[in-house]
This record gives sequence, structure tokens and C-alpha cells, in this order.
Amino acid sequence: MKVLSEERTRALFEKLTKYIGVNVKLLIDRPDGTYCFREKKDRVYYISERLLQLAQTVKPDHLISAGTCFGKFTKTNKFRLHITALTYIAPYAPYKIWVKPSAEQQFLYGNHVIKSGLGRITENTPKHQGVVINTMSDIPIGFGVTARSTTECRHADPLATIAFHQADIGEYIRSEDTLV
Amino acid sequence: MGRKAKFDETKKVKKGPGRKAKKQPDPVFKKGLIDDDKEEKKLSHRQKQRAARRAKKRKEIIEKKKALKEAKKNVVKQQEKTIDESDEISGDENTKGFTDDNKEWLTLKQKGKKAVKEPKSDSDDETEEGSEDMSDEGEEQEQDQDSDNVSDDNEDEKTDQKSGKEMYKVGKLDDLFNDTDDDQQDGEEDTDVSHKITYDSDSSEKDDDDDNEGDDDMLPIEKANIRLKKKQKLDKKLADQELQLNIAKQDVFAFPSEEELQNPTSLQDIHQRIKDVVTVLSDFSRLKEEGRSRCEYTDLLLKDLCVYYSYNEFLMEVLMQIFPVQELVEFLEASEVARPLTIRTNSLKTRRRDLAQALINRGVNLDPVGKWSKVGLVIYSSTVPIGATPEYLAGHYILQGASSFLPVMALAPQENERILDMCAAPGGKASHIAAIMKNTGSLFANDANKERTKAIVGNFHRLGVVNAVICNYDGRLFPDVIKGFDRVLLDAPCTGTGVIAKDPSVKTSKDQKDIQRCFNLQRQLLLAAIDCCNAKSSTGGYIVYSTCSILPEENEWVVNYALKRRNVKLVPAGLDFGTEGFVKYRHHRFHPSLKLTRRFYPHTHNMDGFFVAKLKKFSNVIPEPFKDEDDEEVKEGEDVQQNGDATQEEQASKTKAPVKRSAEESKVEPQNKKSKPTKPMNGAKPAKVSMVVTEESTSVSKANTQEINVQNKKKNRKNKNKKNAGGQKSENIEISKQQSINVSGGQDKVVAKTEENAHQPKVSNSDKIDSSNKSSNTLENKSPGKNKKKNKKKNKQGLKNTETDVVKKNEGKITEKIEIMAAKKLKNKKKKKQVGQLNSKNKNVDIKTSNTLNKFKKNKNKKT
Repeated sequence: MKVLSEERTRALFEKLTKYIGVNVKLLIDRPDGTYCFREKKDRVYYISERLLQLAQTVKPDHLISAGTCFGKFTKTNKFRLHITALTYIAPYAPYKIWVKPSAEQQFLYGNHVIKSGLGRITENTPKHQGVVINTMSDIPIGFGVTARSTTECRHADPLATIAFHQADIGEYIRSEDTLV
Repeated sequence: MGRKAKFDETKKVKKGPGRKAKKQPDPVFKKGLIDDDKEEKKLSHRQKQRAARRAKKRKEIIEKKKALKEAKKNVVKQQEKTIDESDEISGDENTKGFTDDNKEWLTLKQKGKKAVKEPKSDSDDETEEGSEDMSDEGEEQEQDQDSDNVSDDNEDEKTDQKSGKEMYKVGKLDDLFNDTDDDQQDGEEDTDVSHKITYDSDSSEKDDDDDNEGDDDMLPIEKANIRLKKKQKLDKKLADQELQLNIAKQDVFAFPSEEELQNPTSLQDIHQRIKDVVTVLSDFSRLKEEGRSRCEYTDLLLKDLCVYYSYNEFLMEVLMQIFPVQELVEFLEASEVARPLTIRTNSLKTRRRDLAQALINRGVNLDPVGKWSKVGLVIYSSTVPIGATPEYLAGHYILQGASSFLPVMALAPQENERILDMCAAPGGKASHIAAIMKNTGSLFANDANKERTKAIVGNFHRLGVVNAVICNYDGRLFPDVIKGFDRVLLDAPCTGTGVIAKDPSVKTSKDQKDIQRCFNLQRQLLLAAIDCCNAKSSTGGYIVYSTCSILPEENEWVVNYALKRRNVKLVPAGLDFGTEGFVKYRHHRFHPSLKLTRRFYPHTHNMDGFFVAKLKKFSNVIPEPFKDEDDEEVKEGEDVQQNGDATQEEQASKTKAPVKRSAEESKVEPQNKKSKPTKPMNGAKPAKVSMVVTEESTSVSKANTQEINVQNKKKNRKNKNKKNAGGQKSENIEISKQQSINVSGGQDKVVAKTEENAHQPKVSNSDKIDSSNKSSNTLENKSPGKNKKKNKKKNKQGLKNTETDVVKKNEGKITEKIEIMAAKKLKNKKKKKQVGQLNSKNKNVDIKTSNTLNKFKKNKNKKT
């Protein structure tokens, strides 16, 4: 558990901002105690200071995980957000997409969201914006990046991709071993 | 869409205001069509007469049957005598009975005819009841419609048709008596029948004659019919009697012979035998076979159960000791069937009602698991895979057996507590704890298996548990990592005898060794769990121990062990159902409070077999370890390695609080007493240990000589110590010597080091060198060889000790000079002793030790 380097911190926050915008600061300034980002084996964990102290009693070799894993740094030092971060991203995300029940399953298997599966989309969603994907019953099931803005969506072809798949909760089953 | 006919007119349904009701009334059937059985018809005069006659006849028949039975026996005997006399008579008599008793008769002349006859009568037997009733009814109905004369003919036809082929032929006989039959057999039969009729009418037996006399107005064919029916009835009755007799015989279970046992029988037979033996055992004194002991029955049952349910004999034997036979069978049956699938709502993300609604919408048939849980749901059926719905993936629920709720409910975690789940994978119970704590406080989820910790990570993230630290330690070492938990949950690894339905391999794979291995591990884990817990916690101080095994060895015994060794007591688990834990099991007598623990069985509670015990820690002090019968038994067993492990851990824990320990040790007198009988073992110990002893003896100088003689007397020891109290220096010297041995022992002697190091703190801190050493030796070095193995395995332990070694090495350096001086002095003293009371053996050892000492010192110098 080490503190993130300056460079990595920037990369992390840039990525987070893509999804939750200015709400990033809500992750840092919390009323229920201070939370921080820590890095372990390139994985980034979001953890409260209090828990961190306790976790530090555990030797690094034996520590598997602490707090919530947000994602990992790739070998090229880019930050990749994992589905495990959904717990924190979903409530803060300003832009969302709702998919129809028929398209839920498709998305959960790792496919992009296409126009025919699009149920709803927040107003004024720009192009290439990080969005959280919800079911029609408001269960967050993953996140992605919009391929078209809201206005473009209206006139899109039924098979046109609306949002690129990035992570979905199906990964809990599909790739449990590589999750953390 | 037809309207449902109202066949029963008594229940009139209100006609509704609907259009359809007005247009189309319920269909009404004619009275004759609706079944007329219910209504009693008025009988005509003749009918009444007939009915009366019929009733009278029936009575007579019943009476006659009784007489017939007896008569028949006599007849059979007579027949045997009269075989030679006449074929005709015998044949006639044969026609009476058609029972198996008459088999011999079929070899006679008329056999051909009878052989034909008999099977037919049998077939009649089969249809007899039905045909009889039918024919009666038929008669009645006909009589309603027709006059008597007409009815006779009709009746003949009817009865003939209904009561079988033979009857029909009889009817034919009258009509077509002179016709030539194509079939020879038919002809034969006909003659046979006619023969029979003639016989009947002529027969010496009165009942038939009486009948004939009474029924004058009947046609001969009618009479024949009645007679035939009578016969059939008789046959049936006899058959029934035979059947009854068989059943009566079966009631008393016949113990199978050796051959029967050896020859493999079908599973059904074995199942039947199991049932029988169980019934016999349930009322043994009454149902047992003479000369058979209960043991024989139970052995037979054991073998049969093993075969039928495919268990190995060992496990079955153990199970038989836990359950009474009746319950055992229930348990085994229940263990064959999987428990209902249950899920636990994740209260961090949703509510049970919402989840249930969402799942019902997906086509899942579910119900709350019971009143005792507010988060459980039972899944009866599902059209979608329940482990892959979007709700599941979103972490709204987790698949978890109903029994897995129990330990967490017993633990009753509070918010803002620090809680440890020692064997957490795959994180079901741990996430339940987190959910109850509402993600506050901190939760440590530990598991020894690194692969399985991944499942914890996955589940925690999916379920949104954010207050958890997941680590991968051997649970036994956890007290070294972090202590002071408010609550600790230990769901110990076990043999899994409670979840045989889930993993049937348990049936055959477990033996005594496995169980022993399990409960040794469980004991160590439980002690570690207790050590992790903080008794001074304001809210907690609780430990919950649970297993999915039903064996008392893994449950009550383990808890009992912990009760003796730690300052814990059992408290009610807070579960209002489940059966009480055992207080007595075989020869074991557990602490009476063990009835506060809870057991759950698949056959009584419809959940996996489970055990839950809740302990409250009331003091953080670790009491002095002592030996009792529990340990002895473990020692006797093959798996002593594990036990060595345990002592190792105890040693490790000793090093932590040496002052307290040694002080306690000196206080506890029974300890010394206990150590005495084991003294001979000291003599048999390897040289190293004895060396330590001799060193001590040399260091204590003059007093030592006396001391060796009166070693066993505590008073003297005390005196000696008083003397020594002044000379702290000499003690130090001695200790440093020991250290020097340790240090120079080389890497290959890590074993010895650890052994001695374990004693060292005691030695350095206690004034009573002798007593402490002895007691520790006797306690811990009973099986030095085994400890060695253990130590090799446990490098960590060894490493730790070497660390302490290094620290003490420095001390050794400082005192090196003094050491040399002392060694010289000692030599001198030894010489004196040689003159004195020491025996030759001691001398030799002394000399050896001094030599080795010198060697070690040289080595040490080289090193330094």
C-alpha cells in the first residue's frame, strides 16, 4: 500500500473526471472520514484512512485487497477503470444511459450498446463522454463511453453503436480471477 | 368455452347478472342419466322375496364355509387314503377344492381335464370379486324390467358373460348339449363340468345339497353358477389366509444366513432389510430373534446402510453413534437430497421485498426462508439461471445456504466494531457481517487459501462491501498479525459431514485420520480466534465457532478444549431453534454449558448439518497450558504432528509474555506434580537437552550437589534459589553459555535452537532455573523428534526464533569473557564434585559438556 505518484494521481483523476466530472472531489472530501487512494501492485484502492491503518498491519505479501479497488495502471501507465469502481461511480455520474431489458443481457456479455437497445439517455450527453449504463429499473450494470451525442442518437441507425462497452458487471463472473 | 355442467343439483350457483348467464343456463341432465346409485329404488314384491332369499343364502354360505374348511382338511386326508380305491371319487373330491393341497391328485387319470379346469378357475378367481358384484347388480336391474321367467334366461346369459368363459360354456352345455364340438378339449371340459355338476348334486357334502334343496326354483345352470362362486370365494379366502400367514411370518424379521449375506442381493432387498432391522431395533425385546444379540442386528444394519447409501464403514459407525437408528435413516435419506436453494438479500443494496419482486418478474418462484431471517429467500423454481441474473451481478443477493446465516446471526455484529472472519472464503458470511454493520467499522476477511481469496474479493466488490481488508494468512498465525477484535467468527474447515448432499465424496473419503487432522486444526484455529478477540471490548468480546460438520469430535470437543485452555465461557447463541449440543458423547463428558451450543440437521431443520457455538471471552490472560485426557488421546492417535504444532504455538505464545508465565508456573504446583511421573523421559532425552540440565547443575555450584540428590523436593529447591538469588551473575553466565551453544550450533541445528530458545525466556526470567526447565522440558519435549519435523516445516517459527537469537547473541558477546572465566571455575568445581557426591555418569556428562563448550566457544570466536 503505497501513495500514488504525482503522475499516476493525475492519470487517475483524469479518468475519474471523465465519468463523474466535478463530483471527484466528493470522493475525497467525505463527511464520514478521510478517504485516500493507495496503490498496490499497480492496483489502485480507495480506502478510508482508518481502515488503511489497520490494513497496514498486514504484511504486503498477505494483503489481498483493502477497501475498494478502482482499477489498475497498465504497463504503459494508463489508468483503466475496473467494474469494481461502479459502487462509487454510479451514484455520482452525471451522464447515464438506460438500456432496454432485451439489451441488458447483450451488454452484460460485453457488447456495445446499440440504438435498438437504447432505452433512455440523459439530455445533452456529449460525444465520447464516460457514462454509466443502467437497466430500466435503475440498476447500474456497467459503464462505457458514448459514441454519439444525445442529438445524434435520435437520428441514428437502429444498429448503430451508441456507447462503447468498457466494463460491465458480467465480469464478476467472466473474469473473477483477473478482477483484482 | 363451454359452461361447466352442474352435475350436483343440490349446489345451485347463483345466476349472475352477466349476459351469458341469461342466455345459456347450466346444462340439465335427465334424472336417469345422472348416476342413479345414490337413490334407493323401491323394490317390487318379488324382488323383495328374492333379496330376502339371497340374504339368507349368504348367511348359510358363510356358515358352511367354516364347516367346509374343517371338512376339507379331513377330506384331504381321506383322499390320500382312497387314492387307490377309485379315480372317480378322488376326482370328484378334487373338484371341490382346487387348492394347492391337491396337487398330488393332478397326476392321476383325469389329470388332463382337471389341468384344464384348474387354471380357468384361477382366472375366475382374479375377476371373481368384480364379476360377482356385477352379476348381482345385473340381476337386479334385469328384474326391474322383466318378468321372472324371462329374467332367468337373460340372467344366465348375463352372468355367463360376466363371470367368465367357463360359465359361458356351462350355459352352452345346456343349449347345445348334443352338438358335436370341434375342439376335443372343449368336449372334455364340458364333460368335466357336467361331471362336476353331477358330482355336486350327488355330493356327500351337505352344504351343496342344502343349497339345492333351498333353491328349487333355480335352474340347474343357476345353481352351478352359485356353486362355482362359492368355490371361488372359498379359494380366495384360503389364499388370503395364506397371505396373512406369510405376512405374520414376515413381521418377525428373520435374520439372514451367512450365505444370504455373502451373496449380493438387490438394493430393494437391502432397503427392506434396513427397514426391518430398524423396526426390530425399535422394539428389540419383543421382535428379536431368539439367540440374536443387539450387536448382530446393528452390525447387519451397519453393513446394509453402508451398501445402500454407499458410505464407508467408519463414517457410518460414527454416525450410528450420534443418532438413534430411526433418526439415522432419516438423516441418511435427507443427506441424499439437496437442500432447497436459498439466497441472501444484500441489505447494503436493496430490500428483500424489492428483490423478491424483481426476481418474480424474471420468473422465479420464491418464498421467505422463514421467520427467523429477514434477508433469506428460498428459491423453488426458476426459469432463469439464478446465479447470473442482472440482480445477482449487481450484488443484490448472494447464493448462500440457509445454515450459513446462523453463525452470523449468532455473532450479532454491531456497527463500528472491528470484526474478524478467520476462514472467510468465499465471503458469504463475511459479507453478511458487513451488511449487518452497514459498511461501518472494519472487517478482516482472512483465508488460508490464496486462490479462494479471489472469490472473497469478487463477492465483496460485487456486494459493495467497502470496509473490508482481505488477507491471506494461516488462521493459526493470525494473533501474531493483529489482535483486539471485538468479535471473531470462525467457520472452521471441517470434514463436511453436514453437507453430504452437496459433496457426496465425504461418504467414502473420510476416515479417523481425516477427522483427527480436522479437529486438531480446528482446536488451534479456535485458540487463535480466541486470542485475536479482545475481552475488554465494550460491545463485544465474542467468538462464534461454527462448522458444517455434525461430528461431536469437530464441534463440542473442540469447544470443550478451548473452554479449558482459554478464559472463555459459552453463552446462548441467540438462535431460538436447532437442537442442543451434546454434553455427553460416548465416553466424553463435556462441560455442561455445551448445551448452549446449537446443532442443525438436514432431516429436522431442512438445512445443511451445522454447528454453532458462541463464546464470550472474559479475560485476555492466557491461562497456563496443561495436559489432560484430551491431549493424551490426540497423542495416542497417529496424527501427532499436528499436536506438535500446537505445542509449538504455545511456545511461541509463551515467548510473548515470559514474565507472567514463569511467575504463574512457579505458583502452579500441580504442574510440578504432573511433571514428576514423566521424569524418566528426561533421561531418555537426546544429549542436547540433558546438556542444558547439566550446565545448570554446574552453574549452581556447591548447592548443586545437594540439589541433584533432592531434586524432587520443592523446599530444597526454594532454599537453593534463595542462595542463588544473590548470585545473579552466575545465572547470567549460564544463560550466555546456552546461547553460545545455540549460536554455534550452526544452521543445521535450527531444531535444537528453537527448542532451547523456547525455554530461554523462562530461564532468564525465573529464579527457579531447575523447576522451570524441568517443567518445560517435560511439557514440551515429550516428542522431540516430532518437534523437529515440525520445526523443519515451520521455518517461520524457526526464523523468528533465530531473530531473537541474534539479539541475544550480543549479550553473549558481552559476557564472553565472564563465560571463559566461569568455565575455568566450573572445571575446578567439577573436580571437587567428582570427589564429592556426584556419580560417575554425571561426571562424564560434565566433562563432555565442558568439552563441547570449549568447542563452541572456539567456533564462536571464529565467527566473530
